Amino acid sequence: MARFQEGWTGPVLECRDLSISYMTRAADIPAVVDFNLKLTRGETVGLVGESGCGKTTVAMAIMRYLGHNGRIAGGQIIYKGVDMATLSHEQIRQLRGSEIAMVYQEPMAALNPSMKCGKQLMEVPIFHEGVSEKEAWDRSVALLHDVKLPDPERVMNSFPHQISGGQQQRVVIAMALLSRPSLLLLDEPTTALDVTVEAGIVELIAELARKLDTSMMYISHNLGLILETCDRICVMYSGEAVEEGTVEEVFDQMRHPYTQGLFGAIPLPTADKNARPLTAIRGQLPLPHERPPGCNFGPRCDHFQKGRCDGQAIPMLPVTGEPGHEVRCVRWNEIGQPVYAGGTRKSWEIGTEPVLTVDRMKKYYELRDSSLAAMVRGRRNRYVKANEKISFMARAAETVAIVGESGCGKSTFAKVLMGLETATEGRVEFRGKDIGAVPVQKRKREDVRAMQMIFQNPFDTLNPSHTVGGQLSRVIRKFGGVQGDEVRRRVLELLDIVKLPADFYYRRPRQLSGGQKQRVGIARAFAGNPTVVVADEPVSALDVSVAAAVTGLLMEIQRTYRTTLLFISHDLSLVRYLADRVVVMYLGHIVEQGTTDEVFSPPYHPYTEALLSAVPIADTSIEKKRIILEGNLPSVINPPKGCPFHTRCQRKIGEICETEPPPEVEASPGHMILCHIPIEALRAVEPVIVQKEKATAAE
Amino acid sequence: MAETTIVLPPRIGFLTRFWRKVALLRESKVGMIGAALVGFWVFCAIFAPLLSPFDPNNDNFTPVHAVPGAEIYVDAGVIVRGVPAPETCELVEEGEQAGRYYCGTVWLGTDKNGRDILSRILWGAQRVLIYAPIATLCAYLVGIPMGLLAGYLRGRVDDILSFVANVILSFPVMVLYVLIIATMPKGGFTVIAAVVFASSPGVFRIVRGLTLDLRTREYVYAAETRGESIWYIILVEILPNARGPLIVDAMLRLGYVTITIGTLGFLGLGLPPPDADWGQMIASGREALQEHANVALFPCLAISSLVLGFNLLADGLREISLRD
Amino acid sequence: MLIFIVRRLGSMLLVMIAVSLLIFIVLEAQPGQVATKVLGPYSSQEQRDIWMEKNGYSRPIHERYVTWIGNFFTGDLGKSTRFKQPVNDILWPRLGNTALLALLTMMLVVPISLTLGVLAGMREGSSTDRSISFLSIFTTSVPEMASAPMLAAVFLSLLGWLPGTSGFSYGHPLQSLDGFPWIGINWQTVPELVMPVLVLVLYDFGYVTRMTRASMAEVMQTHYIRTAVLKGLPYKRVIVKHALRNALIAPFTIIMLQINWLLSGVIVTEYFFAYKGFGALLLEAALNQDIFVIEACAMVAVFVSVTTQTLSDVAYTYLNPRIRFS
Repeated sequence: MARFQEGWTGPVLECRDLSISYMTRAADIPAVVDFNLKLTRGETVGLVGESGCGKTTVAMAIMRYLGHNGRIAGGQIIYKGVDMATLSHEQIRQLRGSEIAMVYQEPMAALNPSMKCGKQLMEVPIFHEGVSEKEAWDRSVALLHDVKLPDPERVMNSFPHQISGGQQQRVVIAMALLSRPSLLLLDEPTTALDVTVEAGIVELIAELARKLDTSMMYISHNLGLILETCDRICVMYSGEAVEEGTVEEVFDQMRHPYTQGLFGAIPLPTADKNARPLTAIRGQLPLPHERPPGCNFGPRCDHFQKGRCDGQAIPMLPVTGEPGHEVRCVRWNEIGQPVYAGGTRKSWEIGTEPVLTVDRMKKYYELRDSSLAAMVRGRRNRYVKANEKISFMARAAETVAIVGESGCGKSTFAKVLMGLETATEGRVEFRGKDIGAVPVQKRKREDVRAMQMIFQNPFDTLNPSHTVGGQLSRVIRKFGGVQGDEVRRRVLELLDIVKLPADFYYRRPRQLSGGQKQRVGIARAFAGNPTVVVADEPVSALDVSVAAAVTGLLMEIQRTYRTTLLFISHDLSLVRYLADRVVVMYLGHIVEQGTTDEVFSPPYHPYTEALLSAVPIADTSIEKKRIILEGNLPSVINPPKGCPFHTRCQRKIGEICETEPPPEVEASPGHMILCHIPIEALRAVEPVIVQKEKATAAE
Repeated sequence: MAETTIVLPPRIGFLTRFWRKVALLRESKVGMIGAALVGFWVFCAIFAPLLSPFDPNNDNFTPVHAVPGAEIYVDAGVIVRGVPAPETCELVEEGEQAGRYYCGTVWLGTDKNGRDILSRILWGAQRVLIYAPIATLCAYLVGIPMGLLAGYLRGRVDDILSFVANVILSFPVMVLYVLIIATMPKGGFTVIAAVVFASSPGVFRIVRGLTLDLRTREYVYAAETRGESIWYIILVEILPNARGPLIVDAMLRLGYVTITIGTLGFLGLGLPPPDADWGQMIASGREALQEHANVALFPCLAISSLVLGFNLLADGLREISLRD
Repeated sequence: MLIFIVRRLGSMLLVMIAVSLLIFIVLEAQPGQVATKVLGPYSSQEQRDIWMEKNGYSRPIHERYVTWIGNFFTGDLGKSTRFKQPVNDILWPRLGNTALLALLTMMLVVPISLTLGVLAGMREGSSTDRSISFLSIFTTSVPEMASAPMLAAVFLSLLGWLPGTSGFSYGHPLQSLDGFPWIGINWQTVPELVMPVLVLVLYDFGYVTRMTRASMAEVMQTHYIRTAVLKGLPYKRVIVKHALRNALIAPFTIIMLQINWLLSGVIVTEYFFAYKGFGALLLEAALNQDIFVIEACAMVAVFVSVTTQTLSDVAYTYLNPRIRFS
């Protein structure tokens, strides 16, 4: 079967002045305006932007899958020289899957739960190239090999829910590549995955791109990922491309104020909060039908000039001296590189006495196993060992980060602290009492008030049926012991502290944006003036610039109230930025703990090393060692004997790791590593993240 | 910190907010039709005493099986509405019926006992629209707390309550009604009790399902970390968020209960005669279906339109809540 | 999977026990009442005492319960006071007649509802969808007691096509064929079956259609359907192989539960058309306080209902790979 436009050597994909709109009953909403892009063979371009910028819409338009009310309002999409608007439905259908393929988020949702993976894979070559079932099977197995899936035959015969998330995404990628497409669209393919799994997938994609000569469009909100995987980058804001160029050009010298703002809002694992504070972009993303005249970014831009920036629509202007680098800004050559104030911010004093002490805390869940096998064996009860021998301490005004991926036990730990679960063994000392075994209903009101929590999902964290003011009032009345007007005054005070206007008192959560909801969540946690606040991934669900603002807010409040912050996260860059001390967890154990500087430089626990290497960094001056972990997270019910990490460890030294539980080794006072490897060997390891020698200064 | 008084702007009045919500219904055509139908019957039910031309149970001066639209003429001595004819009826001066008194028109005809069908339908509407909402409300009062507790607490409580609900639900509905009513004395209270008994498990299941989903939300988790009591969590945090599906279910259930009450009347198991009851009217009209179809047909139309109204209203509300 | 089935059977047993206790307590708890109902309100106290003694009603209540349950297993269902025959002789033929109605109804409802539901769900929001939805809502708003007279008025009075009652005036619909009973069809009786089946089908298909529509519409919104489309598969394959496989799981289990509904829904229809079925039997027994028939009918009805519910649960678990292989 002849390939489409066989022998075409020009650009694989070209978008010319593309405009896409959604038709609603009210009006046409322009989602994407004036978009231009050229993609040559074998090239990878990254499309970056925050939610609502239109990047997914572009991908859907290329696939011609805009739904009932989306349509291309102007411009063209040209694939291998052919304007896609001239193709019939049938021709488009033939292109999909064989010439242009797509991979997107949440692999579990992307696969049919009632069909075996093998069948879903085999469909592609059978329906596109008419091959026999046998050949389709063989090709699928071969491709599963290429995507580094162990035991491909088993995967072929499994249903999607029987394999892990990372494996599912590999199957989806294999499915996309089966007919050797010329263009692969990837829409946030790793967002739903753990960091170490993500690293593996990212590496796989890069390798496949090289091998197969496929052009790729990589859509993400993560600048670091784009830097590591793409050749060119296109930054989008509110439906428009605002900066475009090669990755080196753009990252070395960002020209558009929005790109600079984005960069300033990202924490880097090389700097901490005092050296390079996060700067948020002020203002809010305009709604699609409320875009300002002229530059979309104008109202939020520090370099805005009335008369120049708010007149006519601004075209993409080339940057002199850098062919291919274009900016949508009339003042680009007047704006220099941002200077990040360093060293001037005073860190606050941390208390000396511990406020919270956890001593050898264990939490096991009992699993009633009523399967036949268990009955035969005679043992009905099995245990999920969620937390094993957790020991650490936190002082006043200190930020302690708890880092780990899914299944490491951090959520269980939070639940024990908050009293929603009780510890099986060990002590949790807070305010002079052992609260480990005391469920929250039995705790004294002052103790409950003194330890509060901020939650992860801003969209769920507030009750949609009650007003903001109502919900905050409830908390204040429960904790504050205040009545009547005083309650209202205190609520307004709280709203002010989290920088929300007073009339939000009467608003309902659905009228608030994600960042605003999270601010209310913070207000709620601090309503009773707590001593310890546990923050469970408070900003992971927010856009980059919003997250920066919320993080800044959190730090400010912490500084004012001298609250101890227990920050649970998987984002190591943010942890580096915020935390004073770090605790790294794996499969219920603490594998390393120490100050931030100690943990982020050698000696490392091998898991810490792998985690650090997996974090994408948006800095061209950094060189990073690549460490990819093999295998999957072991089951928590049946943890490996000996060291929990040995099944995946890249530095495993031998049998001792499999049989003996590793000792707690003190690399320096307060810095603990759980490993058999002698500490001198670990100290001699090269750092994962190294500052490169830069030829030109970025001033 | 400086003493700054932060001023709160005044809040939009409660009534205004309520009307805005009602006006939302306008967005759904289907919902509007449903609301119109239900509204029509509610109007009939409330104003039945004023609107019905004749006494629904009185049959002594109207002819048997009168044709729809027939006019009623009586002689001077006949007692109409408790008094002699000349006092309440009009004297006809000329024409065929000169010398007699005109007492009204039976627009829908009369049944085999001579009772005016239109009046019986209006009064029947009142009866249905009293019993159905009360029965439904009681079913909710029983089912909601149980469903909330079972869904939130899980474990033993859930096992027991679900088992009880399953036992009741294992009876085919009509079999259950037949059993209950066959063994209890006839009357309005029995009917309501039977409906409550038969409907509560359904409500229980729905509320339990909603609660199982809602309890995983973070705001519930947040309330738990504050040490809030169980009743606070299920009544203040969970229940308000279940109101969308529950309101839709309430409308649908009102439809089912209306059908049930009608069916019980039809089968002779419901409220005792001679009071107007749509189901009974259909049953009694069944024999005369060949020649006098009107006796059965008008109640059929009545009950169908009311239930259609509830169903359309439910669909409209569902559409709106999805769009929210 | 096996464990699941065993557990469901266990809970089914528990439910049946609870139900039987309920029925027993409601109907047979007071021996005096039972005697009155059997012998009639005009019997004397002496007659009742003798009868109670003879039939073991003077024994303690738990003994009576065990005997009562035992009778069900041995097939002794007592004697009907109204029909003056053993309950067995009346119940089973009637149940068969109702089963015939149910079978015919299902044979029509299943293809119609599934087809309409899938069509409506595929094109959610279109005029096809809206008209099918409206039709479904409309027909479920007209209860059997209303549709039966209306249809009867049209087909009987106006058009005179069909007979007004279904009293098997031409014999039983099912006859023997080649020596095998219940296999042959007595074609003369078909017109008598049309009306009851039509009434049942009209009321029932709406609900199944709407459930199917909802399931299909939900499936069409999922990401895996999007994946199938973006893979470039022909639309027909996307619908048949990807969508239907997931969308029809819920409707299938609902259809099994319709049997439960039919057992109760037929009461009105059978009463209206004087059809000699199970529902009519139960109604007559209830109106006449025929205790043993009521008990037997109730137990049978619940047994059928619980069995179909259990089958439905098991089927749902089986058809859903996520639950089956976990």
